[in-house]
Amino acid sequence: MSYANLYEVPGPRGIRRNRVLTGVIALGLLAVAYVVYVRFDEKGQWAADKWTPFLRADVWTTFILPGLAGTLGAALAGVVLAGIFGLVFATARMSEHRWIRVPAATVVEFFRAVPLLLLIFFAFFGSYALTGTNISAFTAVVFGLTFYNGSVIAEIIRAGVQSLPRGQSEAAYAVGMRKNQVMRLVLLPQSLKAMMPAVISQFVVLLKDSALGLIVGYDELVDRGLNGIAANFSNVIPAAIVIAAIFIAINVSLDKFAHWLHGRTST
Amino acid sequence: MEALLLEGDTILVAFWMTVRLAVVSAVGSLLLGTALTAMRVSPFPVLRSAAGTYVSVARNTPLTLVLLFTGLGVGANLGVELSDDLATNNFWLAVIGLTAYTSAFVCEALRSGINTVPVGQAEAARSLGLGFLGTLRLIILPQAFRAVIAPLGSILIALTKNTTIALVVGVAEASVRMRELIETHGDQVIQIFFGFALGFVLLCLPMGLAFGRLSRRLVVAR
Repeated sequence: MSYANLYEVPGPRGIRRNRVLTGVIALGLLAVAYVVYVRFDEKGQWAADKWTPFLRADVWTTFILPGLAGTLGAALAGVVLAGIFGLVFATARMSEHRWIRVPAATVVEFFRAVPLLLLIFFAFFGSYALTGTNISAFTAVVFGLTFYNGSVIAEIIRAGVQSLPRGQSEAAYAVGMRKNQVMRLVLLPQSLKAMMPAVISQFVVLLKDSALGLIVGYDELVDRGLNGIAANFSNVIPAAIVIAAIFIAINVSLDKFAHWLHGRTST
Repeated sequence: MEALLLEGDTILVAFWMTVRLAVVSAVGSLLLGTALTAMRVSPFPVLRSAAGTYVSVARNTPLTLVLLFTGLGVGANLGVELSDDLATNNFWLAVIGLTAYTSAFVCEALRSGINTVPVGQAEAARSLGLGFLGTLRLIILPQAFRAVIAPLGSILIALTKNTTIALVVGVAEASVRMRELIETHGDQVIQIFFGFALGFVLLCLPMGLAFGRLSRRLVVAR
């Protein structure tokens, strides 16, 4: 439904009334923005010297770029491992053998229900007690990202395979393929293509979740921005705004890519 | 098991905080999310673009950053004081952050719900003489809500799990307690982890089942 249907096309009086209301609303929004501006201004957060650090090359090379590398590194490792985890567990959950299907389903449902932060804490603080060695914050973050997002991706893939017409697997069996050939050559390629937008949206979630690394001291963008830059220049608000802008730029382009892919594959 | 039994009371207190955070933020997100949806379909371009910008900013920023921003920006710099008591103040700051983040997802879900309502519904409402707010409140939103109960359920379950991140604004909820327990009872890490994980499973599983049932019962027959 297009939203324009929710109201009549305004007549001359309606147009005038809407103009007045638009002005009132705009003033209201500007007033809110102004209050925020003034409050931050009192704390000197708009002062030029709080913003100029972002024009300096050394701020980018010591804080932002290494932080971005940390974020992207953890996210990339997480994407690859979560993808593998998802594929393996989606296939296992669709197995014909009960003894494979049930444990796989339990694992997937468990990791989907547990908050990511608890997984990261478990890996990070529990590793010494369990294995006798401390694992790095990076490993702990990737561990959490892999198991949590992997389970979600497993469900996305399973839903994709199940939404394929039955005829696909029946035809594949009819030409004499084995179970794993049916899955590998016929079902997975088709469903992966259809599921790509959903998988990419999950990767956006994963990228955002990698910011949790800061809680266990992993060196990523939010940490470098708020604990690095802000500590040096006491410019918390500008730093938060710049870091948020970087995340938004990356995620919006991923989103656009997913839309483009969806448009291309659904025709 | 010893640690879990010994500390049972404090663990329950921590989970009670998790539940309170989740419930208060859920109510807030549903209200703000509905308001944002109304803004996004309103006849005023200013409101439409304001709500659109808000949603894409909130959705694409990590929750960790949103909460840190509420703590440092709204709390310390805007000078918003919600209570004299530090713990209560932090609780409400966390609620603001969680609500600000989650309402963007509620708005997205509701908007797709509005898309499922047939055009004829709004046209019929208008021909009865209902204005924009009347059409939205009496005809469109009730049907849109019923269409997106399952996605709203997933959003609220995600919110419940996201309350663990409230620790960055200093709220002592379940994840803080788990970290403390792991540090003091290093020999029982597995039991402690599974105990807390079970706590979240017990919170989220009934929610998932309830929303699944609700969505089947309330589905709009077309």
